[in-house]
Amino acid sequence: MITFWFAVVVLAWVLFFVLEGFDFGVGLLGPLLGRDDHERGAAVTTIGPFWDGNEVWLVAAIGVTFAAFPSWYAAMLSGLYLPIAVLLLLLAIRGVALEFRGKGDGERWRRRADALLAASSAGIVLVWGALLAVFTRGLALGADGSVTGDGIGRSLSPVLTPAAGLGAAAGAFAAALLGATFLSLRTTGPVRRRARTLARWLGSGGAAALVVAGIGTGSRLVLAAAVLSFAAGLLSRHGREALAFAATAAGVAGAVVAVFTAHGPVILPSTLDPAWSLTMTEAAATASTLRLLTVAGVVVLPGVLAYQAFSYYIFRRRVASERIPS
Amino acid sequence: MNVLDLTRLQFAVVTIYHYFFVPLSISLAATAAGLEIAWWRTRQDRFLRLTTFVGKLLIVTFAVGVVTGLVQEFQFGMGWSAFARFYGDVFGPALAIEGMLAFFLEATFLALWHFGRDRLPRAVHTATIVIVAVGTVLSAFIILAANSFMQNPVAYALDPATGRARLTSFTDLLLNKVNLAAFPHTLSGAAMIGGALLLSLGVWRIASDAAFRTLARLGAWTMLAGGALTALTGDRLGKVITQVQPMKMAAAEALYSTTTGAPFSIFAVGKSFAIRVPDLLSILAKGSPGATVQGIDDLQAQYAAQYGPGSYVPMVRVAFWSFRLMIGAGMLAAAVAAYYLWRTRRGRAAPHWLTRYLPLIPALPAAGNTLGWLFTETARQPWIAFGISKVADGISPGLTSSEVLASLLGFATVYGVLAVVWFRLVRRLARQPLTPAESAPESAPEPAPVY
Repeated sequence: MITFWFAVVVLAWVLFFVLEGFDFGVGLLGPLLGRDDHERGAAVTTIGPFWDGNEVWLVAAIGVTFAAFPSWYAAMLSGLYLPIAVLLLLLAIRGVALEFRGKGDGERWRRRADALLAASSAGIVLVWGALLAVFTRGLALGADGSVTGDGIGRSLSPVLTPAAGLGAAAGAFAAALLGATFLSLRTTGPVRRRARTLARWLGSGGAAALVVAGIGTGSRLVLAAAVLSFAAGLLSRHGREALAFAATAAGVAGAVVAVFTAHGPVILPSTLDPAWSLTMTEAAATASTLRLLTVAGVVVLPGVLAYQAFSYYIFRRRVASERIPS
Repeated sequence: MNVLDLTRLQFAVVTIYHYFFVPLSISLAATAAGLEIAWWRTRQDRFLRLTTFVGKLLIVTFAVGVVTGLVQEFQFGMGWSAFARFYGDVFGPALAIEGMLAFFLEATFLALWHFGRDRLPRAVHTATIVIVAVGTVLSAFIILAANSFMQNPVAYALDPATGRARLTSFTDLLLNKVNLAAFPHTLSGAAMIGGALLLSLGVWRIASDAAFRTLARLGAWTMLAGGALTALTGDRLGKVITQVQPMKMAAAEALYSTTTGAPFSIFAVGKSFAIRVPDLLSILAKGSPGATVQGIDDLQAQYAAQYGPGSYVPMVRVAFWSFRLMIGAGMLAAAVAAYYLWRTRRGRAAPHWLTRYLPLIPALPAAGNTLGWLFTETARQPWIAFGISKVADGISPGLTSSEVLASLLGFATVYGVLAVVWFRLVRRLARQPLTPAESAPESAPEPAPVY
């Protein structure tokens, strides 16, 4: 039961990072790949109907984490207090920039909204990348599962390490590749062309960097990511846009699964003393709560997946970024 | 301020702010659904144009509600991890199930409704906004169940070994008697603020389009009905609260000694002057003029004996004023709505002075809602979950005041800017002429609509 719920939590995080990952990527790239107001509008329109539903996967992931593993939720969020606060503020700015973009009038308003969208999306993927790196290394958990320290450094220092920096870079790269392959898949015209070119370069450049990192660390997972990145670039080059996006999404999904399962039964390692690490069983809610969640999850989540798929089907048509003479 | 006070202040700030947009979203979603159904049934053009207008208000309001609601979902772990750890088993499922069951519905179907007008059959399109409205109400019910657990803990058992609470029945958690009373009260309050916004914008723009008159009167009716229901449900909630938290009702009247046939002060200046209605507190609290209402001093002695030494008295002044100002703001708002409906009956035009000040009307129900929550939450102190856990025991161990100060400044700044942008956007949307949603010709690949 506990393992099952751990799998559900990981699945929710995977869905969040893949789905919202591409809309973070579009937020990051759209305003840059669109050269004028019309093209930028086309890029942003590709995620218009989806981003909010994608973001609910974050609500679901954190909610399910809270319900099924209260101590994990508590240790993770209080130990990383400030980075999480920064993340929430960036998410707030981004959501509002997206929704308000088309509601004001004038090109200047939209240009400002686009700038905010790109900046906040960039910040979000950097922070998420750093946080995922921190999850694999753990936090300075004490015997009571809390992190102590002085001032703002207490929760800020874990994300100011070289590993977190590499994580941030990887996060930005993954979101950019997802965004580029998604834009090339979902638009026509100049935005599609530029997104495809970018996906090609990002795919092969990223593959090269990942190969170096993989050989450096001896990690087979990083080498597998390099293969997927290379495949995404190659597929983009040959116009197989859907496959290129799928390869990138598979890479992101695999990376998230790897992060959350890196330490087996330990879900949050303590960097101070392995005995203080938080294990799956310690963190889990009681059996009755897990049973309730199972009933709710089994009834509700398939429905959610179905109507979200319906939404993607309804808005399946590509968005034109070229100007249509009227 | 120490770290506990700062964290409490931050929770209050972000929650009160969030709760400005929540009741508006609940109410606007229901109004948009009602207007779309009205258009579907009557084919009157004005209903379609108003549906589109209310839909735009809903989109911008919902957006702010979503991003500030996300903060709520994380806050219990960030600032209150001890509470999360000990009560997560009971409290967590409510948040998780709200997300899975209600929030997904709202976000996905609102997008389908907003972008899908030309791509969905009309019945399906109408169904999407009805689903959004149902989702918002469902959200409110589940989240209020979580809050009701803090007001009146039910459906749990304490594990003697770990001291943690364990959920015994989710149904009991949802059907907490505080929730059954607070839920209708909250929805009625939501109707008032949503109605007030429509009345305000309708009156403001009435000269530009006759449809705005429909909007203004619809808003006034919603407010009036919401006001009547708020009073009825508030009366019931007061009686339930008297049963589970007698201290809260005693603080609401600053009643220090246990009194039979307790009066209610409409207004008071210090201890020397007050306008009192005899027996009214007894009626509000117990439903009978001769009933005995327990006073603060007796309750303090009783709690000290029951829970150990310490102060169990909330901030009496805050409770006293927030309670009557809440009632006053709500009653005044409903009265204004009734007066407006009377002066505009059968096609009459409202007097100039009334239309001049009516655009400010949302301030009243907004104040009522905020004061209501201020009363509910501050008069529960010192408890985080009444009778079992204190606020001071819920805070994240290790949290430093500089961290909370930094995040509080961040939230205050970003939220402040958001409020200004939201307000200007609503004003701008209202200034635009009412148009039906333009139907783009179906052609592939389609031109990008400005989003």
